[in-house]
Amino acid sequence: MTSIRLLGRWVIYSVQRLGRATVFLMSTLVGVFLILRRFPLIVQQVFAVGVLTVLIIVVSGLFVGMVLGLQGYNTLVDFGAESSLGLVVALSLTRELGPVLTALLFAGRAGSALTAEIGLMKATSQLAGMEMMAVDPIERVMAPRFLAGFIALPLLAAMFTAIGVLGGYLIGVGLLGVDSGVYWTSMQEGVDVYDDIMNGVIKSVVFGFVVTWIAVFEGYDAVPTSEGVSRATTRTVVIASLAVLGLDFILTSLMFNEV
Amino acid sequence: MSKNALELWVGLFVIAGLAAAAMLALRVGNLSTVNVADAYKVTASFGNVGGLNVKAPVTMAGVKIGRVSNIQIDREDYSAIVELSIDRRYNNLPTDTSAAVLTSGLLGAQYVGLEPGGQEAYLKQGDRIEITQSAVVLEQLIGQMLFSKAQGDG
Repeated sequence: MTSIRLLGRWVIYSVQRLGRATVFLMSTLVGVFLILRRFPLIVQQVFAVGVLTVLIIVVSGLFVGMVLGLQGYNTLVDFGAESSLGLVVALSLTRELGPVLTALLFAGRAGSALTAEIGLMKATSQLAGMEMMAVDPIERVMAPRFLAGFIALPLLAAMFTAIGVLGGYLIGVGLLGVDSGVYWTSMQEGVDVYDDIMNGVIKSVVFGFVVTWIAVFEGYDAVPTSEGVSRATTRTVVIASLAVLGLDFILTSLMFNEV
Repeated sequence: MSKNALELWVGLFVIAGLAAAAMLALRVGNLSTVNVADAYKVTASFGNVGGLNVKAPVTMAGVKIGRVSNIQIDREDYSAIVELSIDRRYNNLPTDTSAAVLTSGLLGAQYVGLEPGGQEAYLKQGDRIEITQSAVVLEQLIGQMLFSKAQGDG
């Protein structure tokens, strides 16, 4: 009996949260249009979530590209197909690894920071104070952060992919002796601007939307205690990562299932 | 951090992101190679195109000069109509140019190879290549070989 009741409570709680998150998203989207007039606020947030994340993205991109170059070469050389190394590296990065890994790193680096910041603002009654002064906290605090994450993630994903391709080049051409021209031409033969690169960009836009939404909402919805903020931060990273991986599967099956 | 420095960093961030996207499009992708927008289209009908795909390369003397832009079935004679988009730079192909569906390597991807003829007139937008050679389907070839061998034995 109790376990069934617990299940019921959990379902009701989840549906309520989902409803709150949707209402929150709607008012944030309205806030985004209102906040466009106050551009410096957005610039500040792009700095916080975007520029400060560049380092980890560039370093991870480089290493992921280098590992792809190494692993791809070792696998392909058995079939005498090491001339396709550039294609293997570029396709895995543009289609999957670039958008997905960037979104996961972004959730860990910037998403958790967003949640903690907003949660602490709530715990220290700053949001309530704003409302007292007739300043809408959703418009003033949430909307610029949401927009900044939405702008920053696709740019970061593009950097990740580009650096990864260069990392594969360093290992494949510099270390393992694949011909430089072959590396680039096999890539250009096989990678389509619309099918592969544009779909990767669409993925990163979707991930940017979802990850930032989860991060900002978790902060806004946090229990205003130090324990509540810490839980909300953990939940941001867990839920955002799971959402990215689940959405990636759905998007991939929608985008790349022709033939 | 001062407001100017912050704005400078954000500006650099956006430029770096866009530069990375541009590099992906131009260096990794195929935007810099044959541009289908600046091309003229000719058709060719084949008895069998094998595994030819839309976007497969069209080559002449081994040089890529265009792409396959469409593959359809002719409603009258059930042959395959292949539409080729050829770069405008190569607008001097003779009208009796022949087309063949070829395979790169033994098991590689299929492409359309053009062989120039000797006519004075050139192919224009919408023209049709008359002399074509279908794809070699490996299974049929092996089947024919076995069949003729069996007949020879009998």
